[in-house]
Amino acid sequence: MDPAVKEAMDPFFSQMYGNPNSLHSFGSEVNPYIRIALDRLYRGINARDEDDIVINSCATEGNNTVLKGVYYDVIRNSEKKVIVTTQVEHPCITQTCKFLEGLGARVKYLPVDEDGIVTPETLEKQIDTDATALVSIMWTNNETGLVFPIKELASLCRERGILFHTDAAQAIGKVPVDVQETPVDFLTFSAHKFHGPKGVGGLFIRNGVRIPPLLHGGEQMGGKRAGTLNTPGIVGTGVAMELAVKYLDYEDTEVRRLRDKLEDAILSIGGTQVIGSRRLRNPNTILVSIKNVEGEAMIWDLNKNGVSASTGSACASESLEPNPTFVAMNIDEDLAHTGIRLSLSRFTTEEEIDQAAMIIKKSVERLRRISVSNN
Amino acid sequence: MKMAKTDLIGGSLWEQYSSVVNDRIENPRHMGEITEEEAERMNARLIIADFGAEVCGDAIRLYWAVDPKNDMILDARYKTFGCGTAIASSDIMAEMCIGRTVDDALNITNLDVERALRDDEERAAIPPQKMHCSVLAYDVIKKAASLYKGVDMASLEDEEIVCECARVSLGTIKDVIRINDLHTVDEIIHYTKAGAFCKSCIRPGGHEKRRHYLVDILNEVRQEMENEKVRQEIGDRSFASMNLIQKHRAVEKILNEKVRPSLLKEGGDIEVVDMKDGEEKTQVFIHYLGSCAGCPSSKTGTLAFIESFLKSELSDIIEVIIV
Repeated sequence: MDPAVKEAMDPFFSQMYGNPNSLHSFGSEVNPYIRIALDRLYRGINARDEDDIVINSCATEGNNTVLKGVYYDVIRNSEKKVIVTTQVEHPCITQTCKFLEGLGARVKYLPVDEDGIVTPETLEKQIDTDATALVSIMWTNNETGLVFPIKELASLCRERGILFHTDAAQAIGKVPVDVQETPVDFLTFSAHKFHGPKGVGGLFIRNGVRIPPLLHGGEQMGGKRAGTLNTPGIVGTGVAMELAVKYLDYEDTEVRRLRDKLEDAILSIGGTQVIGSRRLRNPNTILVSIKNVEGEAMIWDLNKNGVSASTGSACASESLEPNPTFVAMNIDEDLAHTGIRLSLSRFTTEEEIDQAAMIIKKSVERLRRISVSNN
Repeated sequence: MKMAKTDLIGGSLWEQYSSVVNDRIENPRHMGEITEEEAERMNARLIIADFGAEVCGDAIRLYWAVDPKNDMILDARYKTFGCGTAIASSDIMAEMCIGRTVDDALNITNLDVERALRDDEERAAIPPQKMHCSVLAYDVIKKAASLYKGVDMASLEDEEIVCECARVSLGTIKDVIRINDLHTVDEIIHYTKAGAFCKSCIRPGGHEKRRHYLVDILNEVRQEMENEKVRQEIGDRSFASMNLIQKHRAVEKILNEKVRPSLLKEGGDIEVVDMKDGEEKTQVFIHYLGSCAGCPSSKTGTLAFIESFLKSELSDIIEVIIV
C-alpha cells in the first residue's frame, strides 16, 4: 500500500469513526470525505456524475454482481440466454459462469489468438443482438499482462446494443482507463491492485443500465450495494486511484524501462522465453518460462533470496490441464510447468532490479544442476 | 482431520513444510549423477532409471550403483524436475536406498519417504496437496529395480493402486465399502485416506488423470451390494424351505417395496402381527393402521392386492389373514 493511502485512512479508524449514513453529526461529519473519495474515483476512470461507481469489497464481488445481476434480470426473463466471455478470465468470472450454466445460462468461452489476445474479429462472430445477454472480457490478462483491445471489443457490442463488462483489475494504474472513450457498460476493479487497501473494490455502471444488487438490505450506495460503508477503505481507495492515475506516465516510461531491463537480463540467461510481446503487455509484467526449471521450485529459491514471484505452475494448482493462453500461443507444453511471473511497481528501484536479475540467474543455475537435463 | 477454521484461514503451502523438507530443498545431499567410471571403481553395476516427464510437471532420474554379488545398493543419486517437495522427496528417497538390497529398496513407499521427512512423528512433513510429489520417488525405485532384474515394471506391482498418495489399492477400497456399508466418497476418504491428499482419484477432472475414481468404485460396489442383497433376501431359494424368521423378512421386504408405498399414499398402513407355518400354508396375520383400518375395501380389494403380491413375489402357500 502507498504510505500516502495509509495516512489518509488513519483518522477514519479512530477520531472519525462515525457511520457516514447516520443522522448524528459524529456520522455526518464523515460524509464529505466519502464524497471526496468518490470524486477521485470518478475522475480516475473519467466517469460522469450520472454514472454509478458502486464501492464494494473487491473485483470478485463486482464481477459476481454483474454476471448474476444480468442472469436475474435478462437471462431468466428474456430470450437472451448467452454470456460471451473468454477462456482466459480470472476464476471469479469463469467459475461464476459455470455456476450460472447450471441455472440455465449458456456461456461461450472465446479463445485468444497466437498473440495471446482476444480479437474483435473473434468476438464479432460470436455475438448476436437477439441472443447475447452480456459480453464479459477482461481489460488486461492477469497471467500474461497482455492488454486486450477493449475499446474495439466494447464498441462492437455497443453498436449491437449488447451489454459489455470488463474486469479492469489488472488495468487500473497500469494503462489509461477511460469509460467515456471506451464504451463499457460495466467495469470492475480492486483497490489493492493499485496500492490501495485490500478488501475494497468498485463497480462502474453506465447511466441507464440497471441490474439488481447482489447484497440486499440497506440504502447504502443508493440501494445498489447494501452494507455499512467501509469508510477508511473508501477514503484510501480514492487516494490510491488519484495516485495511480498520476503515475501512469511513470509506469509507462520508468517502470517499463526497468521491466525491460530485467526482461533482457532474464533472456540473456538462455533457455528462457517471455510470453507475449512487450508492445501488447502491461508495462510492469513479465511471464517467463525457464527451460528445465520447475516454476514452484524457482519461486521457492527466489523467495529464499528476497524476490517474491508467483507462478501459474500446475504443481500447486488443482488441475494439470494446459493453460489455454499457452495452447493458443503455440507455446510448448513443457513450459506449462516452468512459468514464473514477475511484477514491478512504481516503488521498484534500479538496485532491486539489478539484484533480482542476479538472484534469478543464480537460482536458474542451481535448479538446472538438480534438474533432469536432457528430458 | 482438517478443521473448518483452518480452511477459512487458508495460508501458504510452504509454511506447512517440515524443517527437514526445507533443509533438503536447499541443501540436497544426494543430488547428481553416478558415472560409469565411478560405478566401475565400486565394482558395481550402474542402473539409470527415468520416471515421469516434464510435460506432467514431475520427472526424475535415479542412479544406482549396485553390487552384483549381493544386490546391495552402494550409492544412489538423482536428478529431478519438480517443485521443492519433489526435490526433498527425491533426496531422502536416494538416501534410504543406500545400503539396502534391491529387493529391500522395493519396500520403500512414498509413505516411508514422507515419514522420513518429518520433524516429529505426529506432524506430517508436507501438506496433503503435496503428497503426490512423493509418489514419483516411489515409482522410480520400481523402475530401477525392474531394470536391474531385467523384468517388466508391471510384474513388480502386486496390486492395483487407486490412490497413489496414500497407497490404497482397489481391493482395499472395495472391501472397506462393503464391510462398513459406506454410502459416500467422504466416508471412503475418512476410512482409507484414499483421496485425502492430491484429490486426483476422487473424480475425473482433478490434478491428474487416473485409471480408477472413487465415485465410480463406490457406485459400482453399491450396485453390486444392492444386487446381492436382493438375490440374498429372496434368492432362488424356495420360500417353503425358509425358517419362519427368514419368511418374515421376505414378507416384510415385499410389503415395504410393493405394498406399503401405495397404502401410505392413502394415509394407511399395515403391520404384520404374527406368522404361522402350517403343513401346506404359511399364514400371515396383518393388522390395518391409519385410514386402512376403517376402509370398506380393506377386507376385499386391499386384502386381495396384498395377498396377490406376496403370492406372486414369494409363494402360493401364503395366506393373509386380517386380525
